[in-house]
Amino acid sequence: MVLKIALTGNHAISYAVKLAKPEVIAAYPITPQTTIVEKLAEMIESGELKSRMIRVESEHSALAACFGAAVAGARAFTATSSQGLLYMHEFVHWVSRARAPLVMAIVSRTINTPWNIWPDHSDFVDQRDAGWVMAYAMDNQEAFDLTLQAFKIGEDPRVYLPVMLGIEGFILGHTTMPVEIPDEDLVDQWLGERRQPYVIDGSEPLGLGGLTFPEDTEDMFYAIQEAQESAKKVVREVDEEYGRIFGRSYGGLISCYWCSDAKYIAMAMGAWSGDLIEAVEKLRGEGYPVGVLRVRFYRPFPIEDIWSVVRGVKGIIVFDRAISFGAWGPIYTDLAAGLSLYTSNLPYMANIVAGIAGVNVTSDDFYGIVKSFIDSIEEGRLTRNYFAWVKVRR
Amino acid sequence: MATSLERRRLPLPHDAREGVLPGDAACPGCPIPMALKVISAVFGEKAILVIPACCTSVIVGTYPGQSIKASIVHVPFASAAAVASGISQALKARGVSDVHVIAWAGDGGTADIGMASLSGAAERNEDFIYIMYDNEAYMNTGIQRSSATPKGAWTTTTPTGKVENKKDVARILIAHGVPYVATASVGYPHDLYSKLQRARNTRGFRFIHIHAPCPPGWRFDPQYTVRVAKLAVETGLWILYEYVDGKLVISGPSRPFQDPSRRKPIEEYLKYQGRFKGVTSDVLSEVRKYVDENWKWVLKMATP
Repeated sequence: MVLKIALTGNHAISYAVKLAKPEVIAAYPITPQTTIVEKLAEMIESGELKSRMIRVESEHSALAACFGAAVAGARAFTATSSQGLLYMHEFVHWVSRARAPLVMAIVSRTINTPWNIWPDHSDFVDQRDAGWVMAYAMDNQEAFDLTLQAFKIGEDPRVYLPVMLGIEGFILGHTTMPVEIPDEDLVDQWLGERRQPYVIDGSEPLGLGGLTFPEDTEDMFYAIQEAQESAKKVVREVDEEYGRIFGRSYGGLISCYWCSDAKYIAMAMGAWSGDLIEAVEKLRGEGYPVGVLRVRFYRPFPIEDIWSVVRGVKGIIVFDRAISFGAWGPIYTDLAAGLSLYTSNLPYMANIVAGIAGVNVTSDDFYGIVKSFIDSIEEGRLTRNYFAWVKVRR
Repeated sequence: MATSLERRRLPLPHDAREGVLPGDAACPGCPIPMALKVISAVFGEKAILVIPACCTSVIVGTYPGQSIKASIVHVPFASAAAVASGISQALKARGVSDVHVIAWAGDGGTADIGMASLSGAAERNEDFIYIMYDNEAYMNTGIQRSSATPKGAWTTTTPTGKVENKKDVARILIAHGVPYVATASVGYPHDLYSKLQRARNTRGFRFIHIHAPCPPGWRFDPQYTVRVAKLAVETGLWILYEYVDGKLVISGPSRPFQDPSRRKPIEEYLKYQGRFKGVTSDVLSEVRKYVDENWKWVLKMATP
C-alpha cells in the first residue's frame, strides 16, 4: 500500500532505511543528523524494524562497526554530519577500498571552527576522493528515494561500493514535506537480498586487507575506478527502473529543467537548486533561453551526461555551496576539468561560490546573478570567465 | 612421577601448530606466533581475528597469503573493538553462532589510540574477545613509547627511560564491569590456554591482557623470550589473574609470589634487557614500590 505522509528530510531517510531492512545500524549523535537515528531507534524498540543498533562512542566507531557488519554479511546503515563525518574520514576510505557496500546519510552542516551548525556542502564534498558513490537530494521525497536506491546501487555486482547520500541540514533535514512511501512488498521484491563481493563469517578462513605489494594494490584501486565508471550505468538503470515500479524518475545522474533548447545552463546541487529553478522559471518567462542542470550524483561525476546537455551552449554558470580554499568551488573544478576532455572550445563559464556556512541565498539572488551573467555575454561585455564568492550580507 | 606432572597440565591439542603456519614474518624469538598458536589451539578455523595496525599486521604475511588458518580482518589503528562489535552483531543477526570474533591488538592499539573504541565496546558488553598482546611499546614502527611501556624503559622516544608508570589496562576493564578479564603471559601457554577456554565459554565482552616480551624492542637475546616472560611473573612485576563475576582469582603461576619473600629480585628481570640498562637505583626503588602497590591491589581484590 502506498502511503503519503508529511515527513522531515531526516525522517524521510529513516522511513527509507526501514524499508531497506538493514540488519545493523550504528551511529553517534551529531546535530543536525540525530533525528534520523532517533526515529530508527523508536522503530526498533517498537518492533517495527528488526535491526540491531550499535550505539557507539564515536563516529569513527560508527563507520567501523558498519564496516564490520557489512563484511560479515549484513546490510548496514549509518548517518552523520560535519565534524562527525570528518572524524570518520579514515574509515570513509577504508570501507570503499575494501569494497564493502553500505549506506551512509550525510545531513550537511558546515565545517568548524567557529561553531556553526548551518548547512553548506563542505562536509560532503570533502569526501570526494574516497571512492564512494555520492548522491545529493533536492527535496524530502528525493531523499527518501535516493536512500532506498543507495542500497540497490551499492549492492549491484557491477558497483560493490558504499553509497553516501546527502541533504542539507535544517533546510531539508528539519523541514516537513509530503513524502510518498511505497508498498513494502514491492520494495522487498525490487531490492532483493543483500549482495556483496565476499563475506567474512568464519565459514571459511579468509583474509581482508593484509599487507599488499604496490602492483596488487594498484590493481585493486584501478578496479574502484572501473566500478565508478559502471556505477554511472547502474545509477541510470536504477533510476529508470524505480520510475517504472514506483512512479518517480529523476533523470539519472543529473536532472534537467528547460535544458533542451537552452543557450545558457545554470548548475547547482542540493536543496537550493529549488530556488535556482524558481529564478530560471522567471527568466524563462522573460524570454531568457536558460535551463537548470542539477547534479544528483557528485561521484561518479556525470561528465558524459553534462556534456550531452551543455554541448553547444554559450555559457555555463555553476553555483557551488562549498569552497576549496585557495582554488574554486568543487563542482566547477570537476566540470572545467571534465569538459576539457571533450572540447578545446569551452563556452563562457562562471563559478559562483555562495551560501557558505548556512548563509541564505534566495531565488531573487539567483535571478540577479544568472541574469547579469547572460546579459553580460549577450551584450558583449564579458571578455573572460570568472569566479566570485558572492556574499549575501544584508 | 611423570604422569602426575602431565595430569596437572592442561594438554594443548595436537593441531596447535596447524592453525599457525610456519614461515611467517615474525622476528626470531617473537612472542606473537607463540600466543597465536595457543589461540588457534582453542578456536581453530572458527575464529575471525580483527587486527588493527600492529606487528601482527606484518607477521601474518603478504597478500594473497596469510600464516593463520582462520579469518582475518585488518582494520585501522583505533578501530579493532568497533569493527569486532559490527562483525559480532552481524553474525548474531545472521544466526551464525559457532564462530568467535577476536580483536587482537597490541598495546598501542589498545592502551593508546584504541582506548575509546575498546571502552565503548566494553561498556556495551559486546559479545567478543579482546586480546591485548603487550610488548610494551610501538615495536612495528621502531620501538616508540606507549602508555603501556613500563617506568625506566628505554625506547626511541624515551632515550633516557620512561618517566611514568605503565597504564594498567586490565584494571580499567575491570572497572567497566565486563564478564571476564584476565592477565596472561606467553611464558605460561597452559595458563593462557585455560583462560582462552574460559573466555570461549563466556558470553559478552571478554578481555585478556597477554604479556609479550619482544627481543629486539626490549634488547634481549631471542632465545630468552620465555625466560624473560617467566621472570616478569617470578619477580612479581607481572601478576597473572582472572576476574570473573566480580571476583579476582590469582592464577597458579603467580600464586607463590603473593609472598614477597618468594619473589625473585627485580634486577634478575631487568638484567636480561638492554632497555633497562640506564635504570638508576632511584628508579629501581620506584619500580619496587610499584610492584608492592600492584600486589596490594590484587590481594585486596582477591580477598572474598
